[in-house]
Amino acid sequence: MTTTPIKPVSPAAPERSETPIIMGMIAVLAVLPLLGVYPYFVMQALCFALFACAFNLLIGYVGLLSFGHAMFLGTAGYASAHAAKVWGLAPELSILFGTLASGALGVLVGLIAIRRQGIYFSMTTLALAQMIYFFYLQAKFTHGEDGIQGVPRGLFLGVLDISKPLVLFYVVLAIFVAGFLLIYRTINSPFGEILKAIRENEPRAISLGYRTARYKLAAFALSAALAGLAGATKVIVSQNASLTDVRWEMSGEVVLMTLVGGLGTIFGPVVGAFIIIAMQQYLAEFGQWVLVIQGVIFVACVLAFRRGIVGEAAKVLRRNL
Amino acid sequence: MFNISTQALFAQLLVGLINGSFYALLSLGLAVIFGMLNIINFAHGALYMMGAFCAYFLLNVLGINYWMALILAPLLIGFLGVVLERTMLQRLAGLDHLYGLLLTFGLALIIQGLFQNYFGSSGLPYAIPQQLTGGQNLGFMFLPNYRAWVVIFSLTICLATWFAIEKTKLGAYLRAATENPTLVRAFGVNVPRMITLTYGFGVGLAALAGVLSAPINQVRPLMGADLIIVVFAVVVIGGMGSIMGSIVTGFALGILEGLTKYFYPEASNTVVFVIMAIVLMVKPNGLFGRA
Repeated sequence: MTTTPIKPVSPAAPERSETPIIMGMIAVLAVLPLLGVYPYFVMQALCFALFACAFNLLIGYVGLLSFGHAMFLGTAGYASAHAAKVWGLAPELSILFGTLASGALGVLVGLIAIRRQGIYFSMTTLALAQMIYFFYLQAKFTHGEDGIQGVPRGLFLGVLDISKPLVLFYVVLAIFVAGFLLIYRTINSPFGEILKAIRENEPRAISLGYRTARYKLAAFALSAALAGLAGATKVIVSQNASLTDVRWEMSGEVVLMTLVGGLGTIFGPVVGAFIIIAMQQYLAEFGQWVLVIQGVIFVACVLAFRRGIVGEAAKVLRRNL
Repeated sequence: MFNISTQALFAQLLVGLINGSFYALLSLGLAVIFGMLNIINFAHGALYMMGAFCAYFLLNVLGINYWMALILAPLLIGFLGVVLERTMLQRLAGLDHLYGLLLTFGLALIIQGLFQNYFGSSGLPYAIPQQLTGGQNLGFMFLPNYRAWVVIFSLTICLATWFAIEKTKLGAYLRAATENPTLVRAFGVNVPRMITLTYGFGVGLAALAGVLSAPINQVRPLMGADLIIVVFAVVVIGGMGSIMGSIVTGFALGILEGLTKYFYPEASNTVVFVIMAIVLMVKPNGLFGRA
């Protein structure tokens, strides 16, 4: 049986630079709070956007669907919250510590998970994430159901007072842009080309002499570290780390964001994250209905809208987005 | 020699066997569905929960007892599965297998969300059927009748399913269609109908497990949500290539989990996942899997 793998639309049109669009996106994001959009909302959405971009690096460019990415978001969250609150580290060092912690976990989990492909890979990551969840549920330093509350913000790099919302906003935006550009650079590098080759035809990549397991592991660890960067930043923004970030629902949410925006597109995860976070804000009063609506979006996307918003736009405009 | 701690050990072993029964029934259903549809049914846990709720409604709304529910609930939920397959899953044929996972994940969210809206998160009690109340004193432990029934009945259903698939003519069609659907179709077998009924059957097994668990674990909207993740780990450990493999792995891991609860309770939640990690390192295709 032939199957169509999950991959971005590859238009026949000549390659066009995405730089103007990236610049435009950054400019729009930068002025959002000045236009009266609640900065806290944009910061939260930016953290999730980075999280979704990190997830998308795996599904879009290596063809691996991780159903356990919440473990990296949550691990970095707990690590940086602990570093900032208990050890009193500066915010940038706390974020760095959280990112490294998730990267290290990514190497460990990756070593196990990349031994299987496709559907088994998804189930494995989901199960390992659940194991991590139970660990945090029982561990002392996470304070169980209470979480780590009142994480201090302090001075970013010793000069920026991130207790001021607008300063914090631009710091978060800078972190998001740095992460986004790193991913963009990665997928357009020789390393990224090899990843795409593995996605398209792994046996062939192996026959060309590439040790595909190493490339997959490197991509997995990078994705984990960047998801960690998002999680650590999110904790500095919300000032608390809780079990919500490690639950399987969170792993599902990042899949949904990326699916809505467009799997394997450059801007899709960002668009998807803003849509889903906005939806949660407006529908918060409906309680459990949010889950039902998310489920309906999942079903609708898979049945009728597999390219996602940005993927459809890319098809209409006949270019990579 | 049979002191308190031996009693506790056997009690945990029994809990393990009960959980193992549910793992076996659920992973068996997943394996049967995966064989025909190439879909990992993420909604399996939600449908297991619906089986339990179905038994609850049959009893409390229509006054239909446990024994009838044991037959009716799998049929009703299995029919729901047939409808889901015909209206949605069928359209995914030929697409990447991951889309099936995403679609059924969405279905699980919808089903669980709806039940949570109407029933909250707390459990509803379901009484043990009159004929199975009480228990036997075996000397070394007290064995509640209902629990013994669950283990024996689950094992019977699992073995009957194995027999039907591996030893009967219908099973031979099924196995052939798993290997090469086009060829089997050319022989005049209605493969799409077979696929639909297979999904309905797998879902029915999940609902059956739900009915069995209703008197033991209360009927809760999220009863299947955490369970399905453990069952996924069971499936990864066993590999989905073999029906008997799913059954053996399911029971074995339930027992191992029970033993862990006795010897090192802190790890009882995670032991299945740790075993999964070890198996993946040593034998990536699973204990019974084919390369």
